[in-house]
Amino acid sequence: MRNLIAAFVSIALLPVAAQSVQAADVSTFELENGLEIVVLEDHRAPAVVHMVWYRVGSADEAPGKSGIAHFLEHLMFKATDELEAGELSETVALNGGSDNAFTSYDYTAYFQRVAADRLELMMRMEASRMDGLALVPEDIATERDVVIEERNQRTENEPGALFGEQRRAAQYLNHAYGRPIIGWKHEAEALTLEDAQEFYEAHYGPNNAILIVAGDVEPEEVLRLAEQYYGVIPPNPNIVVPRQRVEEPPQLAERRIIYEDPRIANPYVIRTYMAPERDPGAQEEAAALTLLAEVLGGSGTTSVLAEKLQFETQQALYTSAFYSGQSLDDTNFGLVILPADGFSLEQAEEALDGAVAEFLEEGVDPEALDRIKMQIRASQIYAEDDISGLARRYGSALTSGLTVEDVQAWPDILDAVTGEDIIAAARRVFDRRNAVTGWAMPAPATGTDEVTQ
Amino acid sequence: MTRVFLALALTLFAALPARAAVDIQEVTSPGGIEAWLVEEDSIPFLALEIRFLGGTSLDPEGKRGVTNLMTGLIEEGAGDMDARAFAAARDGLAASYDFDAYGDGISISARFLTENRDEAVALLREALVNPRFDEDAIERVRAQVLSVIRSDATDPNEIAGRAFDALAFGDHPYGTTGDGTLESVTALTRDDIVAAHQNALTRDRVYVGASGDITADELGALLDTLLGDLPEAGAPLPGPANVALTGGVTVIPFETPQSVAVFGHVGLPRDDPDFFAAFVTNAIFGGSGRQSRLTEEVREKRGLTYGVGAWLANYDNADLLVGRMASANDRVGEAIDVVRDEWAKIAAEGVTETELEEAKTYLTGAYPLRFEGNAPIARIMVGMQTMDLDPDYITTRNDKVNAVTLEDVRRVAARIYQPENLRFVVVGQPEGVEPVN
Repeated sequence: MRNLIAAFVSIALLPVAAQSVQAADVSTFELENGLEIVVLEDHRAPAVVHMVWYRVGSADEAPGKSGIAHFLEHLMFKATDELEAGELSETVALNGGSDNAFTSYDYTAYFQRVAADRLELMMRMEASRMDGLALVPEDIATERDVVIEERNQRTENEPGALFGEQRRAAQYLNHAYGRPIIGWKHEAEALTLEDAQEFYEAHYGPNNAILIVAGDVEPEEVLRLAEQYYGVIPPNPNIVVPRQRVEEPPQLAERRIIYEDPRIANPYVIRTYMAPERDPGAQEEAAALTLLAEVLGGSGTTSVLAEKLQFETQQALYTSAFYSGQSLDDTNFGLVILPADGFSLEQAEEALDGAVAEFLEEGVDPEALDRIKMQIRASQIYAEDDISGLARRYGSALTSGLTVEDVQAWPDILDAVTGEDIIAAARRVFDRRNAVTGWAMPAPATGTDEVTQ
Repeated sequence: MTRVFLALALTLFAALPARAAVDIQEVTSPGGIEAWLVEEDSIPFLALEIRFLGGTSLDPEGKRGVTNLMTGLIEEGAGDMDARAFAAARDGLAASYDFDAYGDGISISARFLTENRDEAVALLREALVNPRFDEDAIERVRAQVLSVIRSDATDPNEIAGRAFDALAFGDHPYGTTGDGTLESVTALTRDDIVAAHQNALTRDRVYVGASGDITADELGALLDTLLGDLPEAGAPLPGPANVALTGGVTVIPFETPQSVAVFGHVGLPRDDPDFFAAFVTNAIFGGSGRQSRLTEEVREKRGLTYGVGAWLANYDNADLLVGRMASANDRVGEAIDVVRDEWAKIAAEGVTETELEEAKTYLTGAYPLRFEGNAPIARIMVGMQTMDLDPDYITTRNDKVNAVTLEDVRRVAARIYQPENLRFVVVGQPEGVEPVN
């Protein structure tokens, strides 16, 4: 039930479980050409996940070219110097495997999951597209249409996603986090082969990549194969370190938006505050904010907002708090309230602010904090059962500015956070001058196609 | 350009692991409850999957949505604990229990640590056997269900799926959503909910899969504790659904930029002698991955969609062959034409030898990779039991795939793809798509 509601509110909630990792059986290497390698061993089943993560995402795009990182990700399945268009995926399938890729603000990653004895073949093919992409015009137009249909499906047909785009655009005036990963529609429609080629040449290469191999493998064997296939690729001299990102100016005024769409059946309020992210060697503030989100809104039954607004005053049907500290640059802390029947968005927002103010005065319930920490410790046990998930966590952390040591230290840092730390972090982050408050509500249909803008 | 990698792959596939490395024990508890177990003691937790057949199809006449609402209330107070006390106890143990009600059953996916397994099982038992159904919890969860019903009413995916189900199944419970309507859910009483609990969670229709850190003896005791006090039998299961689909196009106008299309017709039962041939054939036609014919024709060649697929949907009381895609309003007409042409083409011509061999290689290689972790293994074991399969099926399943011949495919394709019966339900503002009854 609560999951369904979370789904239509369209926010990404990361449970604490998704943020802890087990430190055991992790090996790391670096090749001379700059390729970093992480090997995670799990010998329970004869399978392997092979992933290459690039330190480039949509937030590395030039203005006017939004969507190019994601479009290029699609085109990476086309021809290379050695592979025909589609051959890589076809070969993976012929070996009983599955493959895919994904793009985010800070990273782009490609992966295959296959029987462990197919690792070498995966490396040969993945290495081929690390520096040998051979784009041709006929691949461009059709794949661009596919991307536009992807945007239609994920965004244009999803009012919650459109609302999210508008909120982010309001939150970031200058930084590229304000632009959607998939791109603004009018820009994504106009992307060219030259744009893709230019982006590829600027950002792809072993010195901007992390290889992660997880499963039934021996680290030394992975290193040997990686040297053979990836080690021969020269570093890309165009790679710029550190990554070039524009800075967001200090936010001085609260921003408020109202999004109306006849497809929204249940109105709701989301407020996001600009918040610090996890930084290498300095994850304490992010840890406190992570636990703040858990304490305030991590459970639909026992967290502070649920207790106060769903059980006590019964002004809300659903509440939540969210924060993802894994980000190269400043991230957001968010609060959500979906009012119960008979309450307006104005009343809901007021109730939300009232509940947070009370919480700051009352402090953190020590028993609630103990329960959350118990779940964090357990999540390290549960995480061992999902080696693909573990691989993904290392990849996303290492492409978001963190190190293997940071990833491994994170559970202990979370465990050390006190109730006082949480309140102090809350007082710093809950500053309305740093906030975007969005109201999403139904509107009468317009009778045209223009309902989405 | 070369095909060197493909050639390499084809020479390698003989080395694929033909068998999944899972060792299933059949366990019967002292009290007579059966379960399948995979013992895996390297990580100190247990994944437990429980399924009660029937689900939302057990809703009595006029009480649509009651099984769903009841399921939503199971964790909202049990024994001497109200909703918040229950959740606090669960979270303090770092256990999780996920409940889901759907047309063929209620599934419970649980996981708990070895270190506090007895307490976690005792807590889950309270929820299953002694739910409180407090009035305040009922009103709270009812309001959440109503908000979901309102939300689904403006979601083109939901609108399309429901319209298709209504055409396919008519008055059978499959023909309407198990969530119920605003009216039916509003009218449900606590007595209705208590009755639904007694009807749905019963020992005569429960299936259990367990994977993780537990022995057969320990699991036997656990089963009796957890399920031993449930009623022996419940409401009668619904009978077979008559699939009433006819060929044509149904258009449901809805203001949104991209049309959603659901399509299909009657399918093939799982126990049909031709089922494996149909399964392999449809993997070629509409399977997941970039290699299916539908993906190739609709997405790769024409860029008409982000995703298209078709699958054999085998419900407990009906069998369909269905597909789904989404395409911009001005392009969905072309996408429908392509799907219809492909449907006719495979029915008339079957597939090529190469397609068949490649599909077999993919399907047999992918099968062992499904057994990824305790929760998926527990889920697969429950699925197998509900389909009346033996544990041995895991070792013979790939042989069945490999035994499918080109002649089988030709015969089955002509049988299962029925272009004249293919119904499309399109939700959106499709241009140039005329309704055809």
